[in-house]
Amino acid sequence: MYDIEKFYQARSVADAVRALRADERAIVIAGGSDVLIEIRDGKLAGCSLVSIHGLAELEGVERTAEGEIVIRAGTSFSRIANDPILLRTVPMLAYAADQVGGPQIRNIGTIGGNVCNGVTSADSASSLWALNATLELTGGEGTRLVPIREFYTGPGKTVRRHDEILTAIRIARADYEGFGGCYLKYGKRNAMEIATLGCAAMVRLTPDQKAIAELRLAYGVAAPTPMRCTATEEAVRGAAITPELLDRIAQGALNEVKPRSSWRASREFRLQLVSEMSRRAVRQAIVNAGGEADV
Amino acid sequence: MGVRDSIKRVDAYEKVTGAAKYTADLMPAGALVAKVVRSTIANGKVVQFDLSEALAVPGVVKIFTCFDVPDIEFATAGHPYVLDKAKGDVYDRRLLNERVRVYGDDIAAVVAVDEVAAARAARLVKVEYEEYAPILSVEAALAPDAMPLHPGVRDTNLLGQSSYRIGEGTYEEAKHSEPGLVEVTGEYGTQTVQHCHMETPQSYAYMENDRIVVVTSTQIPHIVRRVVGQALGIPWARVRVIKPYIGGGFGNKQDVLYEPLNAFLTQQLGGRLVKLELTREETMACTRVRHAIHAKVKALARPDGTLIARKLEAYSDQGGYASHGHSICANCVTMFKQLYHDQRVTEGDGYTAYTNHATAGAMRAYGIPQSDFITECLMEDLADKLGMDPLELRLKNCMPQGYVDPSTGIHAYSNGIRECVAKGRALFGWDEKRARYAHETGDIRRGVGFAMFDYKTGVYPISLEVSNCRMFMNEDGSVSLQMGATEIGQGADTVFTQMAAETVGLTEGNVHIVSTQDTDVSPFDLGAYGSRQTYVCGMAVKRTGEILKGKVLDYASYKLKKPAEELDTEADWVVRRAGREKLLPIADLALEAQYSRDRAERLFAEASIDCHENTISTGCTFAEVEVDIPMGRVTVLRILNVHDSGILINPKLAEGQVHGGISMGLGYALSEELLYDEKGRPRNDNLLDYKLPTAMDQPDLEAAFVELCDPSGPFGNKALGEPPTISPAPAIRNAVLQATGVHFNTLPLSPQKLVEGFVQAGLIKEVGPNV
Amino acid sequence: MFKTLTMTVNGREVSIPVDERESLADTLRNRLGLTSVKKGCEVGECGACTVLIDGEAFDTCIYLSLWAEGRSILTVEGLKSPTGELNPVQQAFIDEAATQCGFCTPGLIMSAVEIVGTGKRYSREELRKLISGHLCRCTGYDSILNALERVVEQTYKHVGHEGEAPGPAGHA
Repeated sequence: MYDIEKFYQARSVADAVRALRADERAIVIAGGSDVLIEIRDGKLAGCSLVSIHGLAELEGVERTAEGEIVIRAGTSFSRIANDPILLRTVPMLAYAADQVGGPQIRNIGTIGGNVCNGVTSADSASSLWALNATLELTGGEGTRLVPIREFYTGPGKTVRRHDEILTAIRIARADYEGFGGCYLKYGKRNAMEIATLGCAAMVRLTPDQKAIAELRLAYGVAAPTPMRCTATEEAVRGAAITPELLDRIAQGALNEVKPRSSWRASREFRLQLVSEMSRRAVRQAIVNAGGEADV
Repeated sequence: MGVRDSIKRVDAYEKVTGAAKYTADLMPAGALVAKVVRSTIANGKVVQFDLSEALAVPGVVKIFTCFDVPDIEFATAGHPYVLDKAKGDVYDRRLLNERVRVYGDDIAAVVAVDEVAAARAARLVKVEYEEYAPILSVEAALAPDAMPLHPGVRDTNLLGQSSYRIGEGTYEEAKHSEPGLVEVTGEYGTQTVQHCHMETPQSYAYMENDRIVVVTSTQIPHIVRRVVGQALGIPWARVRVIKPYIGGGFGNKQDVLYEPLNAFLTQQLGGRLVKLELTREETMACTRVRHAIHAKVKALARPDGTLIARKLEAYSDQGGYASHGHSICANCVTMFKQLYHDQRVTEGDGYTAYTNHATAGAMRAYGIPQSDFITECLMEDLADKLGMDPLELRLKNCMPQGYVDPSTGIHAYSNGIRECVAKGRALFGWDEKRARYAHETGDIRRGVGFAMFDYKTGVYPISLEVSNCRMFMNEDGSVSLQMGATEIGQGADTVFTQMAAETVGLTEGNVHIVSTQDTDVSPFDLGAYGSRQTYVCGMAVKRTGEILKGKVLDYASYKLKKPAEELDTEADWVVRRAGREKLLPIADLALEAQYSRDRAERLFAEASIDCHENTISTGCTFAEVEVDIPMGRVTVLRILNVHDSGILINPKLAEGQVHGGISMGLGYALSEELLYDEKGRPRNDNLLDYKLPTAMDQPDLEAAFVELCDPSGPFGNKALGEPPTISPAPAIRNAVLQATGVHFNTLPLSPQKLVEGFVQAGLIKEVGPNV
Repeated sequence: MFKTLTMTVNGREVSIPVDERESLADTLRNRLGLTSVKKGCEVGECGACTVLIDGEAFDTCIYLSLWAEGRSILTVEGLKSPTGELNPVQQAFIDEAATQCGFCTPGLIMSAVEIVGTGKRYSREELRKLISGHLCRCTGYDSILNALERVVEQTYKHVGHEGEAPGPAGHA
């Protein structure tokens, strides 16, 4: 039995927003795979919960007429991993969702919860960064759209206001079409794992498929929040695919990341992973974009 | 039918239908909830408590502190009682401890009406400590100026020590005994790991007729009863212990964990029903762990691989309380001398020191996985230095036929180590793979590795070995079988059923084993540990069965008017000994024996075994790995264990034991390690951060056996439960050595350690930002 | 605070008072006596408390009971046929000696029922992933995978081709 002082099951997003405005202590619970654990831990013991679990308006994936992908925030990882639209348009994200925990956790965990947690190890975060996702927040003041690069403010901290619910994650057509992507997760086990490092690479090739038109390289656990290696991305724009290119990208990434030492992994070990995983992820992304990596 | 048959587990149906009841499943509703208040320091003393806020939590019934418990120190190890107390276990803890020696030590207990109230109150207990610097290594513990953690039982932190020198002279002298000797020296270390049985320790207690009843998830119900009696200072038979199905133990539940405290709480609350369920975090941080053992070793050999001398110095981290204590380190040091023979001299010294880490206790194979890692790394490094095939080096020196341990007198009545190696070598394709991977290059490399082991069967003569069995025949000719020995998942109930059927002459369906132990009813036994049950308790089943069969034949003789010597039993029938002609269904005999107006007789038997035998099991592991050097990742492609465990009572269940042991060994090799911060606080006391292998972390596991009949075993059998977990870790380490040429000398072979090793070896170029 | 929870459990509708702080594992165990739902970690790491909710496997230790309103729950106690025959998954676990201490068994059986219920064929590697949310310390997973392979194969032969998922076995 959980030490929950107050529990409110919202009937709709609007109802949840109202409940949050009425209780400044209240915490949003969606899948619960993080919140319940913190309650049990004692960190959130005695809390007041507003549950958005199971709200139909928060579930599902669609593609708009303009080709924008809209993922409702309450969609579970297992739905995302198996969603036909996502598998066709952003398979990297579907794959990343399939790396979360184990099957039961993927059934309960939601992509919105994963993002709103604000943790750098979230499996979906680096892919969403690479995809330039836009986050749709709905609160008492209405709905606003926040680019993912402006969402995270620190470890476990985001710009989401107390009375706001993350309602959807949007990915514009230009941010996935023509790209090949690859997400690599490094964990100490092959399942039930928090990422030691996550790396998402997206590549769009020049029409002759011999050079990089655009690279996007994002990491989880390489810094206190998920991040992009924007300087490296700029530096290789237009660069020919050569054996040296992967070295340049790896070194660029090493210059931009800021991993920390913790008992889980040392900074030096994480740097080695950054270097190696950038090569492997970019190489695979090039292949997925239709190019040849081994030139 | 009978032994050597893979019958289905007798408890399988109950377990797949959810009908099997474990302790928590039996708990009556309305129990009070006990929650242990744990110290937030690793070394110090409780000065005082402020309970005011905690007591104000609605639902709190009472809070007991370390100042409220009897002034009695007790020992928790699941060992037989030793009449000469000076030679037995170390009595070094109380129900609740004022002197804190581990982070999370038991300093108080809250009893409340529900778990939320108990947890809230436990968080609100305010404690003032006198805090001392934690002692977090054996080296620090044994430093001359180290603070003794248990001045009442030991003047220093040296809990125990054992030494031997077997052969001629000393190791140092052997160095110069002949020219051309090759020496290898090394330091090898193993980490702290936890059992991770899926069911955490659970118990509930209440009083009935002025006696305390404890229902608990334990491997050792009779020992629990004794220790509860000792800890509370009451006659032992004032305690009744009931053990239902348990969700694994692996040695952790071969310790008396929280049953005494649970019993105390019900006693203090007028016999009210109190439950004490440990969380996973408490289980990992505050019950028992496997001893981390660090060793310095040396070996001298002739260039042809003949071992001349070896020397081992082992240092074992006991943690805060003695529990099984130095027995584990002593076992570790003993195996070093058993597995290989040195022509001249073998020296062993073992030291066990108290520290402020979690208390170490029994865990599957009791010091031998540590010993085998040390012994088999040394042998591999010697083979490497000599340029010899690792198998050939080992075969040249390993335990000879007819081996007798010179210190314990334990006799290897059967020894199939050479057969194991031969069988595994062929099954695994060792020679071909070893050659194929001899010159691996590139980022991804493969290699194969090997390790062998030996393991005794039960604990005689180091400890007492007794067992009891009871059978009675029902009116339908079936037998009810009662054991004090416990089913803990390993299949004991099934093999006892087979043994009883074999001995009495029944089909298994006509043997009904009582799975639950209840110390008021069950015959006395020491419990599930030491791979003893099929051997020692098997002897009890066999003798009891023989007595019962004698009574059946005696009655048959009376009824059939034939001499008993001409009769036998087989598959539920009395048969003619010669020709096996069926004469009388045992069912008819049983009914008549019970209700005959001429000669009514209850057909029952009970036997008590005082076992003065032991024998040695052996075996080995072959492993094939792929190492991703830049990522620091080892993937085990193939792993094969070959065991010499005598005759297999149930080959299918035997295979299951081997698979489980290999899996545990894989975790030990690659991923499992309990970590502590600089204050001695565990960092990863949960199943997310402690890396138990999932199904995705291992290949198909392979098991093979050489079935030599051991003449000392009741059915030709010997130890099997623990051995499978011994040799996988060194075999994997040795495979990584072949693949990469890098000697990793401590467990686990975690990714970061591998990357650091590869950087050091120049296989990875160190990377970092350009400055 | 107590609320009334209405759900279908093992094919029967129940309406019971529950404390809103309860996990579904608490409710199933303590209010409905379904003790096959084991608690091994209480944080969704071990999988011992797995049941099927509307046909999908969930860790009930991290699932608030009130979320089960209107849903259909299947536990191991609901697997036998009305006349008492074992579900093929249960039989396969017996035949392959896929249970040792038995504590992880009910949860694994429920995941297996979901897997088998798809009617699809899976490779051993796929099966490893599908049960990776369960920890077992006794078996090394081999016998469990053997049981799964056996029953997946039987079911595939029985129900035909991919895509015709018959839904979870049992009578939920």
